[in-house]
Formats: sequence, structure tokens, C-alpha cells
Amino acid sequence: MKNKTLPFSVIIIFGIFFFIFYKGLEDSKIYTPDVTTKKEIPVFNTKEFFSGENVKSSRIFELDKVYLLNIWSSWCLPCRQEHPLLMSLNLENKLNIIGMNYKDNLKNAENFLKELGNPYKEIFIDLDGTIAIEWGAYGVPESFLIYNNEIIKKYIGPLNQELVDEINLLIK
Amino acid sequence: MKFLKFFLIVIILFSISSVNAEQNDKRNKITKNLRCLICQGQSVYDSDSEFANSLKIVVDNKLQEGLSEDQIYEYFKIKYGEWILYDPGLNKNTYILWLLPILIFLIGGAIIYKSFIVKK
Repeated sequence: MKNKTLPFSVIIIFGIFFFIFYKGLEDSKIYTPDVTTKKEIPVFNTKEFFSGENVKSSRIFELDKVYLLNIWSSWCLPCRQEHPLLMSLNLENKLNIIGMNYKDNLKNAENFLKELGNPYKEIFIDLDGTIAIEWGAYGVPESFLIYNNEIIKKYIGPLNQELVDEINLLIK
Repeated sequence: MKFLKFFLIVIILFSISSVNAEQNDKRNKITKNLRCLICQGQSVYDSDSEFANSLKIVVDNKLQEGLSEDQIYEYFKIKYGEWILYDPGLNKNTYILWLLPILIFLIGGAIIYKSFIVKK
């Protein structure tokens, strides 16, 4: 009795382990975040960048308009790279670019805009990074394409010409 | 027989789930169960990245708002997906993870039953 069950169960157990590890081989080890989810934008209170006045998110994002929310910071080097692209996108009348200044020193941020130009229609402040978490963001730079208070697409990392072309296509 | 003893020890070792000592602090407990998405192999608790630091503040805020542990996990799951949780729920990707211990337990039980009880 014993002689029969033992080899049999050993084979089954090894079979199960083999199956699991074999299945694991096929899976991608690189985590790719979901970028095309249609999610409602979060509701939050924040401060306006230049005036320091309190603003509600519902006042910034209106229905029936296309917005590009760009998370940026003066200490972030890739933000510096993508900034000229944002300036070029700003020429598109359809698109309202909103800036979220992420964990920044306000003086440095102002100098950053003076040096490279200001593509943003409005800028609000996220001093401790909690608003970025509300948005489901990973860090800086990151951009969200928004229409009717819904996130249409999320761009993690700096924008490049290809992505700018894609945005132009999407908002047409 | 030796194999059986070994097998029993393995089962016992596996069934003692991770030893969670000193988890009195709720925030620490929650942040330890959240994956720092921009760091490799670190929990939010362990990490000192900008992302993790902000996440800790959010957990604090949510606790102050009176959200329960599960509600906070659910909140982050909606924002970042299931990957952010170190303790995943049962779904089609994780069923093996959840069912394997039960399966091993049943097979082990069957072996014990056959070799000890039926023999007598």
C-alpha cells in the first residue's frame, strides 16, 4: 500500500511545482502600469501657484474641455527636457495645459518658468505629494489627458515628440 | 517513513504564516503591505523615495479620516491596481497561490491517513 501511494504522490507534487514554475517563466517580470483606464479625476483642494489662494479641483477642470495635467518640478531633470514640447503643445488652442508643481521650492519653480517659459494655463501646488497619489501618479514627470472629468490617457515619464503627435491626434 | 517525517515538517513550516511581530502600529502594518511601485523589491515602509514618503502621509491622512485597514487597501487598489498590495486577493492570477497550500495539506493528509490509519 505504502509503496504505491508514495511514488504516486511524489510525482503529483513535483508535477504541480513544475507546472507553477513553468507558468512563472512565461510571465513578464517587468511591471507595466495600466495607462488606458477611464477613471474619474479625483476631487481635491489645493493652492494656486502664483497667488497662493485656495482652489477646488472642480473649478480647474470643466466639463467638455480637453486638459493635459502635467506634474512637474524644478528639481526634475526630465521635466526640463519635456518643457519645450509642452510649450509647443500650448500653441494648440484646444488643449488646456494644467501644471501640478510637485514637492518643489516655490522660488526655484518660478525661476524654472522664467527661464523656460510658462506653458500652463493654471498651476496648482502639491507640496507633500499627496495630490499626486490621489491621481494615481508615480512621480515626476507625468501627464494625464483629461476630457469630461475623465482620464483618457496617462503618460508616465517625460513626453517625447511621438507622444506629442499622439496627443494631437487624440484631441482632434 | 523518513520521507513522511520530512514532509510533515515541511507542512508545519509552511503553515506558520509570516511572523508579524511588533505590528502594533497600524500605519506601519499597512505601509509594510504596500509595494513601493517605483523601487525594486521594497515596501513603502522600507523605502525613502518621494513616492513612498507621500504614500505614508496619505495612509496617515486616511487613518485620521477613520478609514479601516481594508478600506485603505481598497483605496490604493483602485488608484494603482492590485500590484500595489503585497497580500493579493483570490483571482484568476493568484488561485494557485491560494489553493496550493490546501492541496498540499490534503495530499499530506491522505498519505498520513493511508499509511497510519488504514494500516491499523
